[in-house]
Amino acid sequence: MEDSPFRQWPWFLTGMRGIFSAPAFVLMGAFVGFCGFAYESGIPLSQTVFMTAVVWALPAQLVLVGAMLAGASLPAAAIAVTLSSMRLMPMVAAFVPEIRTKSTPTWLLLVLSHFVAVTAWVFTMERLHLVPREGRLAFFAGFALTLTSANIVLVATLYSVVSYLPALLVGALFFLTPIYFLTSIWSSARSLEVYLALIVGLVLGPVFHSVSVDLGLLYAGLVGGTIAFGLERLINKWRKNKVAS
Amino acid sequence: MTIEALWPFVFIAVAGWLATDIWRWLGVLVGNRIAEDSVVLIWVRAVATALVAAVVSRLILFPSGALAATPMGLRIAATLVGFIAFLIFGQRIIVGVLVAEAALLVGLFAF
Repeated sequence: MEDSPFRQWPWFLTGMRGIFSAPAFVLMGAFVGFCGFAYESGIPLSQTVFMTAVVWALPAQLVLVGAMLAGASLPAAAIAVTLSSMRLMPMVAAFVPEIRTKSTPTWLLLVLSHFVAVTAWVFTMERLHLVPREGRLAFFAGFALTLTSANIVLVATLYSVVSYLPALLVGALFFLTPIYFLTSIWSSARSLEVYLALIVGLVLGPVFHSVSVDLGLLYAGLVGGTIAFGLERLINKWRKNKVAS
Repeated sequence: MTIEALWPFVFIAVAGWLATDIWRWLGVLVGNRIAEDSVVLIWVRAVATALVAAVVSRLILFPSGALAATPMGLRIAATLVGFIAFLIFGQRIIVGVLVAEAALLVGLFAF
């Protein structure tokens, strides 16, 4: 009964309305920037649209276009994209325990997981506490499906126009993504380890990038996340002791 | 459609689609085994956040496309200015984004 569609449709619609929000507009801006990059790189319209629909992760799409531009072989491109997308695993793993109910089927989570990318992840995590558990998956699905569809339409429509945009504007649109990721994660953080991981990850990103371009992200995530986790444990233990004494 | 016309789509499906969704599917399988209030979830959340943070600093320091033509010092300064504005004005994302963008454009025109 708790998963009855009567309780979920309103949340799906509430999620859909999220398309009229600052995060959604920022992502669309970033996708216009991506359109410009794909055009510059000589990726045709149909492939750019297809890529947006099936990859649906902006950093991975940048890596993929970069690999295609460099004429990389299929295995080399696949490895580069696989390594750059590893973050999706812990993101989804952290997400699932918060949005499922006891009766949520795994196949539905597998299907909907395709629509997890930073914007939908942050947007939903930020608002989870406002949505009752039985409505959370529907809320996420409403937002994420609308966001993906809107961006596919956007890419298909603007691809032919984007070549007329000045390079300066395309560069500025590219700049939206990192600033948006940074501010949205900070503002949606509900617990200490998220702030710590954000700071440590920012610093370790370039450090490990110079160690290995391919594996750098993974190292930064594992090492940075573990440091943040350790600090969080220490600080919380210290706080508890202080309260107890 | 000939094989040659289809090849780029196969390429994107394997090197793009499969390469990203494999992690999402693994995430579902792992996440299904984690309790909402467990210590493991804190670690997983920290790793996920640190990975995204590393993507952020990479996009700022080593960007691709048209942004690569802008000076690195300017991108870092614009990020800092935007982030400080974001903190001062009640952590409003739109403030941070607009101020950082404005700083970048002003810097590009001024220098």
